[in-house]
Amino acid sequence: MPTPSCLLSTRDVVDLYFMEHRAKLLDIAAFLDRLDRAAPAPSHAADGHDDVRVRALRRAIPLLLDGAPDRVRRILELLSDHSRDPIAAAHTQSALGADPRGDY
Amino acid sequence: MAYIDPHIHMVSRTTDDYRHMAAAGCVAITEPAFWAGFDRGSPEGFRDYFRQLTEVEPKRAAAHGIAHFCWLCINPKEAEDVGFAREVMALIPDFLDRPNVLGIGEIGLNKNSRNELEVLQAQIDIARRHDRLILVHTPHLEDKLKGTRLTMDALRDAGIDPGRVLIDHVEEHTVGEVLDRGFWAGMTLYPDSKCTPQRAVDIIECWGSERIWINSAGDWGHSDPLSVPKCHVEMRRRGHLQALVDRISLHNPAAFLGQSARFRLPG
Repeated sequence: MPTPSCLLSTRDVVDLYFMEHRAKLLDIAAFLDRLDRAAPAPSHAADGHDDVRVRALRRAIPLLLDGAPDRVRRILELLSDHSRDPIAAAHTQSALGADPRGDY
Repeated sequence: MAYIDPHIHMVSRTTDDYRHMAAAGCVAITEPAFWAGFDRGSPEGFRDYFRQLTEVEPKRAAAHGIAHFCWLCINPKEAEDVGFAREVMALIPDFLDRPNVLGIGEIGLNKNSRNELEVLQAQIDIARRHDRLILVHTPHLEDKLKGTRLTMDALRDAGIDPGRVLIDHVEEHTVGEVLDRGFWAGMTLYPDSKCTPQRAVDIIECWGSERIWINSAGDWGHSDPLSVPKCHVEMRRRGHLQALVDRISLHNPAAFLGQSARFRLPG
């Protein structure tokens, strides 16, 4: 990857962006709290705590603080399908946000 | 400042949006054919859509001093039924010579299925036979990385010059491979998915400004037709020069789109 070229100082980055990302951090915390407070899923549905999206989110969060660069790329790769061959048929038009066959 | 929004679905937007975009400096747009939010009931629905893209929208845009260009295709979300897709693809040559048609797009993959790939290959072949530019849609979320690679491989196998293909909706995990393989890269500015304006500027800072553009891809969903000028604000508040803004949003799109003799800026 080329040498980073952000023109701002670290001080500027904090001053410009801290409040926006403080709010996003609190949104993630509120989502997890809401999940804990939610009623159990109906018997015919999988429990939300075990949903692949939530498991993927819990796997992604530690990458924020592992000290390594390229956090966005690494999180996007964690959430991606890494198989190589086309699937036999598309049975849905939608994407989930995490690989349904992923090992999360 | 003058700018181009090279990917926006104005059939889904209001006349007020045209007015606001013109006031913000938009001088030209290109509109790829896409999914309407529901599957069309017949190929004739696409004929009407292609007429809207080539007859109606250019007039709406011109009323605000904006040049309108378009791309034609069947989108990947409606490509699972290959027989249906072939009926739609048979309509495309009738429209290719209309004056605002730049090429084939936005073609690509959605769930990365065999049928989607077969239709993608057939549409790449239309572009190759008619010597047209290609605009590629890459899949959403978990399907993007795989679909981007499958699409680039299909283009390579068809012998397409990557300099005549724009791979759209790139993010941090796909932009490097797209640029390294010689394609143009588009970043779509969305509130929740794809790139925010902040992340798009991060990518420009990390990967440079060669063969890359930004677009709003504004449509019927959660999107913002003014996200391109809002990204310019983000660039300027980080201290980037106007020359870089112009390169990303005027000179780069004009260079790629100008490979079609039909593309020209107003004035």
